[in-house]
Amino acid sequence: MTEDVSTSNEIPQPESFAFDAESEAAIGTIVARYPAGKQASAVIPLLYVVQRQMKRQTGSAWVPLKGMDAVAERLGMPPIRVYEVATFYFMFNTKPIGRFHLQVCGTTPCWLRGSDDVARACRDAAHVAGYGQTSADGMFTLSEVECLGGCVNAPILQVDDDYYEDLDYEGTVRLIEALRRGERPKPGSMIGRQTSAPAGGPLTLLDVPGE
Amino acid sequence: MAKVTVDGIEVEVPNGVSVLQACEAAGKEIPRFCYHERLSVAGNCRMCLVEVEKAPKPIASCAYPVADGMKVFTDSEMVRKGRRGVMEFLLINHPLDCPICDQGGECDLQDQAVSYGLDHSRYLEEKRSVKDKYMGPLIKTIMTRCIQCTRCVRFATEVAGVPELGATNRGEGMEIGTYVEKALTTELSGNLIDICPVGALTSRPYAFVSRPWELRKTDSVDVLDATGTNIRVDARAGEVLRILPRTNDDVNEEWMADRGRFAFDGLKRRRLDRPWLRQDGRLRPATWAEAFGAIAARLKGLPGDRIGAVAGELADAEAILALKDLMAALGSRNLDCRTDGAALDATRRDFYTFNTGIAGIEEADALLIIGSDVRRESPVINARIRKRAAAGNFPIGLVGPQGLDLTYRHEWLGEGGATLRALAEGSHAFNEVLRSAKRPMLVLGRGALARPDGAAVLAAAWQVAARCNMLQADWHGFNVLHHFGGQVAALDLGFLPPQGGAAIAPQIQALWLLGAEVDPAAIPQGAFVIYQGHHGEQAAARADVILPGAAYTEKDATWVNTEGRVQRGRLAVHPPGEAREDWKILRAASEALGKRLPYDSLDAVRARLEAANPVFAGPEFVPHGCADQAGPAGDAGAVSDAAFVLPLANYWQADPVSRASATMAECAEVYLRSPQKQLAAE
Repeated sequence: MTEDVSTSNEIPQPESFAFDAESEAAIGTIVARYPAGKQASAVIPLLYVVQRQMKRQTGSAWVPLKGMDAVAERLGMPPIRVYEVATFYFMFNTKPIGRFHLQVCGTTPCWLRGSDDVARACRDAAHVAGYGQTSADGMFTLSEVECLGGCVNAPILQVDDDYYEDLDYEGTVRLIEALRRGERPKPGSMIGRQTSAPAGGPLTLLDVPGE
Repeated sequence: MAKVTVDGIEVEVPNGVSVLQACEAAGKEIPRFCYHERLSVAGNCRMCLVEVEKAPKPIASCAYPVADGMKVFTDSEMVRKGRRGVMEFLLINHPLDCPICDQGGECDLQDQAVSYGLDHSRYLEEKRSVKDKYMGPLIKTIMTRCIQCTRCVRFATEVAGVPELGATNRGEGMEIGTYVEKALTTELSGNLIDICPVGALTSRPYAFVSRPWELRKTDSVDVLDATGTNIRVDARAGEVLRILPRTNDDVNEEWMADRGRFAFDGLKRRRLDRPWLRQDGRLRPATWAEAFGAIAARLKGLPGDRIGAVAGELADAEAILALKDLMAALGSRNLDCRTDGAALDATRRDFYTFNTGIAGIEEADALLIIGSDVRRESPVINARIRKRAAAGNFPIGLVGPQGLDLTYRHEWLGEGGATLRALAEGSHAFNEVLRSAKRPMLVLGRGALARPDGAAVLAAAWQVAARCNMLQADWHGFNVLHHFGGQVAALDLGFLPPQGGAAIAPQIQALWLLGAEVDPAAIPQGAFVIYQGHHGEQAAARADVILPGAAYTEKDATWVNTEGRVQRGRLAVHPPGEAREDWKILRAASEALGKRLPYDSLDAVRARLEAANPVFAGPEFVPHGCADQAGPAGDAGAVSDAAFVLPLANYWQADPVSRASATMAECAEVYLRSPQKQLAAE
């Protein structure tokens, strides 16, 4: 989990960063949510804006130093305050990652339901050596994350922003193969359950009283 | 007020103070790491745990407000157990490398581990290690020792006003640093060393130099800026090894500027340590007797008006007085102390001092800065202004260069004389801000007076003060900010030529320079120059006789800071070689000249000082109002449009001591010459 990076100069950084039109539009909406003088509150959503823009532009969703500086300047806060936030939350990648970010939930409910198999499938199918690593082809980066809040459909694999639920070893392999082919399977339960309803279909409220 | 019982001792404390402060009021010492009374409360070290009656758990006393009737126990079993537990956790990742740590002997963690540490470690796993960070040429970091109290982060953000330090990453990976490697851009960085409770941030020049118990500690006063910072000079075997600030809430609180703290290695280099005499156009080593003989031979019989004397920026009051008395005995009134040419008016003391007082800044409610880069001229006074600004409702206007980073928000009014004239006439928009304030003040930089229309600038600034309600019976908002510790005493002693006169005039045939850096080109051809001082620079090279004097750490001397506060510096080490205390040199010279000065002891000199100006007898500093609104001589309307040029472009090498210092040379290199060097240095 712990990144072995304490200062930015250990990572090759892009020369510059400027918000593109899509990001600018998003920033306008986000910053307007906060009262005047409290713009610093928008730091987390703006870091996401940077990360998504990097994904669009380079294929790798990460937050470079210049991006943090751009956020600091936009929100009128000292750059170090942005660095603190960006390095604190593991949702922000402070170094480049692969095209797909495979985030395995390893917290107790997922672990009991087989997250070890999901992680093993990721390593095997995506050819990633382990957590924090990126595959040689630059397609996949594997991370272990804390509870994703989808425990009813455990185990969960989060790919970029999408949740894939009810996974097992084979299902995970199929998912990764599909991603490699450029397909994007529909997020949600991989065994076809509706949201978090009981597996195999409803068990209660089967009849309508009075009919 | 709230009544609180601490270990059975009843104390009454104001509402809203913390339990820790209440315990201190009751005389109970509470161990702490993150809590610092001049910084915001973080509450993250948990060392200050106490037990409060009816509370189920121990509480962190630094972050817990008192309540009326509270019963606090600082030494119960629960407290001892809690603190022992906290200490054990703190030591889990601490390297325990005290034998090779410079903080050893003055380390909060070491001291408190004696009280609360276990005699062995139960921790068998691997300790974490953290990469060291680069924070500039003055601070050495060993970040594995850091216990993450965040004092340094809060100091940089709150006091120094450079939010460049932070805690990055999280949990076990949390590290203190700048993230982007760079030298901290502050003139107060040495204070990080003082506030760090462990050995994570230590002094780079002092690395592996000495242990605190080996040092002889002498209380003294810093003179490398005009703040009058109270210092402690730590010396061993006749050598100054470090300088630390002492707490004085009226002056420097507990902070100190980097030049005063780190320039002392200049006291060992390029020193004048024996008399020199010019013979056949070359300076040769001489004895004191030869030097005095040469002076007597040249000065005897010379009419007084052919002799001049200039006092430098680091001259002490005793020496200035002795030189003045000697000149009077020789019949000369050609005296001057304004080596920078500042058009100061010494007819009244409040024309040239910082009348509000440094502590008085906190009572002000509006500020106008004229031609001064307060941050570089006095970093400690700047920190006080920042403290006041952080408290809110403190509009600040600046007449000076645009875009100056003073570490607090200010309104830029204009760059030069035109703006000042408008302010003096009362037609500027900022006048309204000042007039509506109850206790407005202005800071006039000494540099703003060192220009051809200096007298007019002084008069105009006074006019601003008079028109904008700054001069009240119980409030004096007119302040001159000087640059060095010897400048005000010379004015107090009237070391000035008579009206229209000058110390260096074409008819001068002999010139006595008391540590004064005078441009050799300005000295009349063929004049006999006596240089008395501790560092040889340009003026000494021009001298015919060099008399080696003592630097500020090497003499018992009286200094007056920019407020007009009279303070005593004390001898910490003896002057090198044959150098002597300056008043004694002048006393001996007077004997050789047949004009014996009437004092043989320091007490006698000081009695004469008090007779010359009663301020030397009185209390250090008395807050005062302004009784007389009449301003200094000068035509306020004659201020030219010229922009104010800030003096001290090179903060790190502004005086002879720091110019001789290798540490300061490195700082100048890092901060001024090549920004890229900051990275390369690591």
